[in-house]
Amino acid sequence: MSTYQQRFEGLLGALRAALQPGEQFTLGYSAEQSQFVRFNHAQVRQAGVVSQASVQLRLVSDGRQAEQQITLGDDAELDRQRLYEALAQLRQTLPLLALDPYLSLDQNAWRSDSLQQQPLPELDEVLAGVAHEAGQLDLVGIYAAGPICRGFASSFGAFGWHQANSFNFDFSLFHSNGQAVKANYAGQQWSSDTFAARLRQAREQLQHLGRAPITLKPGSYRAYLAPAAMDEIAGMLCWGGFSAQALATGNSALQRLYSGDAQLSPLVSFSEQVSGSLSPAFSDEGSPRRDLRLIVEGQAQERLVSARSAAEFELAANGADSYESPCALSLAPGDLPSAQVLERLGTGLYISNLWYLNYSDLPAARMTGLTRFATFWVENGQIQGPVSTMRFDDSLYSLLGSQLEALTCEREMILSTSTYSQRSTGSSHLPGALVRGLTLTL
Amino acid sequence: MFDSSALLRQRFAALRSTAEVFSLRHVKQSHQSLSVRRNVAEPPYFSQDEGAMLSVRVNGVEAYAATADLSQSGLQRALEQAEALARQIRPHSLLDLSGQPAPSQRHDHLSPNLDQPLPPLAECLQLLAAESASVPKDSRLVDWQASLGITHVEQTYLNSAGAELRHAQRFVFPGLGVTASDGADSQSRTLGRENFGQQGGFDVVERCGLIGAAGHVADQALQLLLAPNTPSGVRDLLLMPDQMMLQIHESIGHPLEMDRILGDERNYAGTSFVKAEDFGRLQYGSTLLNVTFDPGIGEELASYAFDDDGTPANKQFLIRDGLLVRPLGGALSQLRSGLDGVANSRACSWNRAPIDRMANLNIEPGDQSLEQLIGGIEHGILMRTNRSWSIDDARNKFQFGCEWGQLIENGELKGVVKNPNYRGISAGFWRNLSAVGDRSTFQVLGTPNCGKGEPNQVVRVGHASPACVFRQIDVFGGDA
Repeated sequence: MSTYQQRFEGLLGALRAALQPGEQFTLGYSAEQSQFVRFNHAQVRQAGVVSQASVQLRLVSDGRQAEQQITLGDDAELDRQRLYEALAQLRQTLPLLALDPYLSLDQNAWRSDSLQQQPLPELDEVLAGVAHEAGQLDLVGIYAAGPICRGFASSFGAFGWHQANSFNFDFSLFHSNGQAVKANYAGQQWSSDTFAARLRQAREQLQHLGRAPITLKPGSYRAYLAPAAMDEIAGMLCWGGFSAQALATGNSALQRLYSGDAQLSPLVSFSEQVSGSLSPAFSDEGSPRRDLRLIVEGQAQERLVSARSAAEFELAANGADSYESPCALSLAPGDLPSAQVLERLGTGLYISNLWYLNYSDLPAARMTGLTRFATFWVENGQIQGPVSTMRFDDSLYSLLGSQLEALTCEREMILSTSTYSQRSTGSSHLPGALVRGLTLTL
Repeated sequence: MFDSSALLRQRFAALRSTAEVFSLRHVKQSHQSLSVRRNVAEPPYFSQDEGAMLSVRVNGVEAYAATADLSQSGLQRALEQAEALARQIRPHSLLDLSGQPAPSQRHDHLSPNLDQPLPPLAECLQLLAAESASVPKDSRLVDWQASLGITHVEQTYLNSAGAELRHAQRFVFPGLGVTASDGADSQSRTLGRENFGQQGGFDVVERCGLIGAAGHVADQALQLLLAPNTPSGVRDLLLMPDQMMLQIHESIGHPLEMDRILGDERNYAGTSFVKAEDFGRLQYGSTLLNVTFDPGIGEELASYAFDDDGTPANKQFLIRDGLLVRPLGGALSQLRSGLDGVANSRACSWNRAPIDRMANLNIEPGDQSLEQLIGGIEHGILMRTNRSWSIDDARNKFQFGCEWGQLIENGELKGVVKNPNYRGISAGFWRNLSAVGDRSTFQVLGTPNCGKGEPNQVVRVGHASPACVFRQIDVFGGDA
């Protein structure tokens, strides 16, 4: 048992002992020890270590509930004291609340354990690797590494533990003309050879970026969206697209799909594929997560239903997080070999990454965003040169509907680089997409 | 207030270090989030967070270690971790900061009305429930929510040069949103939420106009559901302050951040179409454009006396009469670029290091009333309340969408239109600024959600602006 787990279980024991008759609780735990190193011009711009841990306590009594999150230190006695104070505040709060008609808890006792403690590389090895492989390049980005823990327990006997060591080196290489290529090396076992290979691959793309940039006029263009670009589109769908609450209240971009008024291409099958992903096997609400078939051959199927939405909208909860967003979105592969992408594209845009997407008309699933990093103009299957930044504005029902020609048979597992508040455990598994027409507007 | 100060001082004094300079930045933050959705109170959410960042400079190289272990041994351990890291990265370091002066001032800064208690929790919930219940009964009104977020922050910065800088702040975020839907289309109207927040007490809720607003907000959501789409074409554009704040944020604020210009953010938040040599030379906008970094409007979200690196904050013009004069760059960026900047080195909490951020970034008022602004437009559109934002990584090509549009013809407001969007290019857009509203149109707004940095950080930023008119802008509607 790791030190983190011992601390969590210590708090859990204290909480159980302090519980009064009629009270129930859920206790979530989150901790990480992170090494953050920022690079600019292949040198270290900023470096630090962050050690943080917190618990989220939900107290339930007499049909009412309230939650409190507290940061933990290293002193078990002090942490227990903080937990007792949180418990006291929640006890004072509950009588002030009305009965919660949507209070719904998973009362099953279950157990889930996952502990992956592969050794991470020494920072010196990473720094030496960057210096050796990229010393002459304009590399910018961040290396984030260390253990991440998530725990969950309830007074009903549920207990989940997830701990993994991981690293995520997210970087870009810049050409002197300002064009850039994005790359990423993430996982649980560092290999200097693999890192060098990733850098080599990016460096090769960088050579294409030295050609004179091509400026396109607004209009509709044939385009290939690489998996990283598809990840941006998929990310937009995670903003409430599959959420039961958003679908029931007119706030989902996929409401027309789920109401049967629109459909996507039969090539499109999205699922929430938790099994085999890096995400914990349990939700923040304390339910075992399930793999879900969200869209099958262009038709809406399941949605993400939290316990609260289940009570409010008379649905069956299915292990979704409270915010009903996928944590491991997967798009089924197609039949286009990646090696044939340029040939099948013929003449059009090869888009490696998209950037800063948002909805221009949410109910119509119409979204806008920009090309970023290595985007090329291709003629007759040959790269002609980089394309200056262009804006697109198009509907999902076009991009992954009427205009979708093929999906690649190879997919990329993309590990989230998000470090807002804490390092993310989210991921997506996506193919590239060949589309007949992508509307560029600016 | 500042209950931890005496103990922190004592523990800081007992720290042992070989660093040239070292500092401790302690942050204690509590938050309360209340919400009533469709007449049902959501479970209240509270948080208590406390920790410290120890930063060192060893042989000209800086590094940090952040910990929630505030015991003497915990702080000492973090300090030593930071020192070891500084030594470790020295051969690879981009910067040599040897000999740079460290701040030594002592100062306390408090939010306005910090001593005035807020209503108790039950009263706040009643207020939200009453607002929720005021939403009219109409089957097309499918979702509505009244909310109130309150955050207290106390920060203490101590360093080995003798500085002691403390601030205690309270941030209040009221909000109301209503969604109308006919099954195929949905339209939402909001008040506050991501577009409004201020420092202060219950006065912030009053200034937001939350109390008694539900009927009006719901009516506007229904109006939008019945409204025609915004027509496509080139028109004059009148932006109200709750869209101006987003326009300022994305196409003035981010491009003027010096760390972007220096390349630090190229892998994530992006770069800038502005170059270091543009300061003092580039005509960023028309001569009506005056943009200030102003930490002195007490209730604005990012008013403070010193930034998180200990630099004193003063009002500065970034753009004067349309000419770009000064970047958003803190002490380190000023050193790296050789340009004068502002006190905008900020961190979101104890577990993230300060970087160049926006703070209060405002447009100074002009001389025209709202009636005069509308009266001066022959063929145009008024837009208010941001709902969609997208801009390229150099902060140039943008497309923004609003909740509410109203056509203007021959100097008069006409019908409501839905899905009002517009697009443009920052480098030219501000030169089309043709009229600036006076103080009667000026509003102090802000957002809690400005994201940037590696590792990622979200900070609160303030934007105060009058209504403004832009000539000949490309506007368009949605598909629905």
